[in-house]
Order: sequence, then C-alpha cells, then structure tokens
Amino acid sequence: MIPLSWYLAVAAILFVIGFYGVLSRRNAIAILMGIELMLNAVNLNLVAFWRYTQPDQVAGQVFAIIVITVAAAEAAVGLALFIALYRLRGTVHIDEIDLLRG
Amino acid sequence: MEWVFFGLFGVLALVGSVGVVVSRNAVHSALFLLVNFAATALLFLVLGAQFLALAQVLVYAGAIVVLFIFVVMLVGNETVDDFVARERPWLRWAAVGFFLVFIAVAGYSLVMSGWEAAKGLADYGAVERVGAVLYREYLLPFELASVILLAAMIGAIILAARTRPPLGRPEE
Repeated sequence: MIPLSWYLAVAAILFVIGFYGVLSRRNAIAILMGIELMLNAVNLNLVAFWRYTQPDQVAGQVFAIIVITVAAAEAAVGLALFIALYRLRGTVHIDEIDLLRG
Repeated sequence: MEWVFFGLFGVLALVGSVGVVVSRNAVHSALFLLVNFAATALLFLVLGAQFLALAQVLVYAGAIVVLFIFVVMLVGNETVDDFVARERPWLRWAAVGFFLVFIAVAGYSLVMSGWEAAKGLADYGAVERVGAVLYREYLLPFELASVILLAAMIGAIILAARTRPPLGRPEE
C-alpha cells in the first residue's frame, strides 16, 4: 500500500501551487481559483488521514464534506462580488480596486 | 496496481494545478481547474472514499467550474489574462520563497514521521455508511452547512442581481 507521506506530499504541493497562484495572479477570478486549489489540497489531506489513521470513523470524510460545502458557498459569494465589482468599476484587476483608499 | 493509479492521478492533479496557475487565458485556467478536480476525485476513489469522489465531481467539477467559466464569460476574457504582476514583481518571488519553505518543512516532517497504513478497511467510504453517519452523528454540522449554503445563495443573488447606475466610478 502507498505510504501516507506520498498523499501528503501531493496535497502539500497542490496547496503551495494554489498559494503561488493567489500571490502571483492579479486577476480576482484567478485568485479565487488558487483558493479553490488550496481547499482541494486540504480535502485530499483530510481524506488521506481518514483512510490511513482511522478508517472506521467517518469523521474525516464528514470534515471534507463540510469543506466542500464552504468552498461552494465561498465561490458563489466571491464570484457574485466580482460581478458586482465589474459592474461598478469595469475591472476585476485587484491593483485597480482601491475604493477604500482614503 | 494502486501505485499506477496513484501516480497517474497524482501527476494529473499536479499538472492541472500548474496549468491553473501559469496559463494566461482564464478559460484555460478554469479548464485546468476541472482537470485538477477530476484527478482529485479519482484520488479519493483510490483512497476508498466513493461518496466524496462523487461529491467532488458533482460540486467542484460540475458546479464550481461552470460558475467560474460563466463569470469569466460575463466579465470578459480580454480583461482577465493579465498575469504578470508588473507593479510588484517581488510578490512572485515571495510566493516562490513560501513555496520552497513550505515544501522543505512538509518534506522534512513527512520523512521524519512514520505513518503506518491502517488495516482492515471495511468499506467505510460507501455512500450508505457516510450517509448514515452524516444524518445521525453529524446532523447539526450538516444542517449548519445547509444554512451556510442558503446564506451564500441569498448573498450571491443580492450582490449580483442588483441593477443600479454605477457609483463611485472615478471621473476621467
């Protein structure tokens, strides 16, 4: 059987790639995609830990289901925010969005 | 056999995520995101979590990626493919630095920890089992999640459906 570390390594690399996307992208939609990648990596971690440490408890999977729910809610609200922002300012480029700057 | 599937789907997930980050076209990013989500669902299947694989395909690959593609379409692709942070190039190097530090720390802890595989998996990832636990032991978190979804739905409708003249647009 595959060692748990391999799954954790894949999840860690996925997480940092998402993090890199969040930091390096300037487009709000692409930043949200990076956040989704990070949440997905966390889910992979949770499921791998469930499978390898406590497969008779479904708690790890329930946790992952809650994370999926929150990710869906976050994507819906975030994308609605970007649409409202685009209507207001005509861009989703985050360097040009400085409504709160005094 | 398990190694073959793990290697295949793991590499597919990594390729998808790299594609999300580096592709300049936002539609391509969303499609690479689809590749990543599908590969993760297959990894869930390898791990024995059938219900989660199903939910992953339905929610992530089905709903979220379609939502992303719709928004990219609405916002307009030509304003989307601005990839390079010309104003702050150090930010990318900070990201690379975080990447390396995280990989180093995670790799060290992974090598040092000796995780053993649990024995005797009795099909605990099946839909029936997960559903029973979800509706009995975790009923309150489940209902709270549905409240979160409802709030997000109402919030998204209010945010996106408002039609009023644009305010706060800077004078040009």
